Amino acid sequence: MGLDFSVLGGFWGLLLQGTLWTVAITVLAGVLSYIGGVLFAVVALYAPAVIRWPFRLFEALFMGTPLLLQLFLIYFGLIQIGIDLPAFVAGVIGLGLHFAVYNSELIQAAILAVDKGQTEAARTIGLSRWQALRHVVIPQAVRAVIPPIGNNMIALLKDSALVSVIGVAELTLSAQQAISRTFRPFEFYLAAAVLYYIVNLGMEAVQRRIERRIAASR
Amino acid sequence: MTEQPIIEIRNAAKSYGALEVLKDISLTVNRGEIVAIIGPSGSGKSTFLRAINELDPLSGGEIFLEGEQVNKRLPPREYERHINRIRQEIGMVFQHFNLFPHLTVRGNVTLGPRLLKGLSQADVDKLAEEQLDHVGMLERIDYFPSQLSGGQKQRVAIARALAMKPKVMLFDEATSALDPELVEEVNAVMKRLAQEHMTMLIVTHEMGFAQDVCDRVLFMDQGVVVEEGPPDVIFRNPTNERTRNFLRKHLEGRS
Ligand SMILES: Nc1ncnc2c1ncn2[C@@H]1O[C@H](COP(=O)(O)OP(=O)(O)O)[C@@H](O)[C@H]1O
Ligand SMILES: [Mg+2]
Repeated sequence: MGLDFSVLGGFWGLLLQGTLWTVAITVLAGVLSYIGGVLFAVVALYAPAVIRWPFRLFEALFMGTPLLLQLFLIYFGLIQIGIDLPAFVAGVIGLGLHFAVYNSELIQAAILAVDKGQTEAARTIGLSRWQALRHVVIPQAVRAVIPPIGNNMIALLKDSALVSVIGVAELTLSAQQAISRTFRPFEFYLAAAVLYYIVNLGMEAVQRRIERRIAASR
Repeated sequence: MTEQPIIEIRNAAKSYGALEVLKDISLTVNRGEIVAIIGPSGSGKSTFLRAINELDPLSGGEIFLEGEQVNKRLPPREYERHINRIRQEIGMVFQHFNLFPHLTVRGNVTLGPRLLKGLSQADVDKLAEEQLDHVGMLERIDYFPSQLSGGQKQRVAIARALAMKPKVMLFDEATSALDPELVEEVNAVMKRLAQEHMTMLIVTHEMGFAQDVCDRVLFMDQGVVVEEGPPDVIFRNPTNERTRNFLRKHLEGRS
């Protein structure tokens, strides 16, 4: 049985819908991971010890265990304690938290790398420690990490395929559904790969635009 | 009734471990007075200036701003509130400008008033425009710091400090990071402030400027004020040997 790409024809709608879900998950989880990363970084650096140490443990757990397992835990595990999340929401939360922990590492380093003179200038005007952090240090750290966080977002896009296993009809699951009806794995997995790559290129273009936009303010 | 001095410092002392950086310095600055602090590198000039707003707190001695003690011992929360209020009254300008790179010129000047003065956006904008006009930077109000020359950055930094309407301005070598051709525009702004009777403490290595602008000159060496007096006396007839040596080297080096 040779290759026949004409089988894709009847399934473009399905694949495109899957692609849109993949984009939606990636964007939502990406935003969550960025905002969460900033919050986590502030907690990891500045919270009182009683909060900081349990939090470090939580971070270590997220970094040291498989994302797949985390998704199972959030989707299937939480039901046992009465939290029944839709698969899409569980997927966004799982991916978002997982990558928030990685982003937090980057943002912590960036916060510590902001020139001490910046905080001094802010405090000299009369800003409190928190105001100096919130209005002067964090905005600069958040700009400084845009390139490496972009790399994490590409990783997030690729790992978003994992949420297919909890039944989110994103691109990988859509391809699998098409395959189960046509028995054409090569054609559909290849098509899915091309679509992931196109999304990837789109994300890189957005990333470059953002970097250009903020170039003057760094 | 005599007026409260703006700044009064009694027996300031500061050590880093075994290193005594400031040794028993006292200084009174009255309203409208302009005091220059000169001295060799490492003599403690920056440490002294930064002690006044408690960026580098003293190990001993007292600082008063219009009669209120700045370096009060208070519980942490109260201290934070106290020092944030005091710092609004003390403007400071740094050698390396320390403008906020992520904010425009307008954003730099309005940040403090916006967060701390409870003004409306319109009032804050008006304040920023006034201050920037004053330092000749109004046309650059929507630029980012990265788009400005060093002299322009320092003028914006001065406007940022002035926007808080401080009672005194501290300058720590405001022109020494600038290319020579950019020094004059910053000096001109400082001279203007002098004419308007702003109270100023100016750490500088520009003897000509100190002589032209200041009412009084302090010569510091190794953490002590070695000699103090009007510029004519300090620059023409210094009595102390160390002052003479410093000035000889410094004036030679410049010509
Ligand atoms: N954070 C610090 N830790 C240790 N020593 C310091 C610190 N800051 C300044 N010093 C020392 O204090 C002395 C005075 O420094 P400074 O006030 O910067 O002098 P100046 O401004 O006159 O050049 C120097 O010997 C310097 O090395
Ligand atoms: Mg210095």
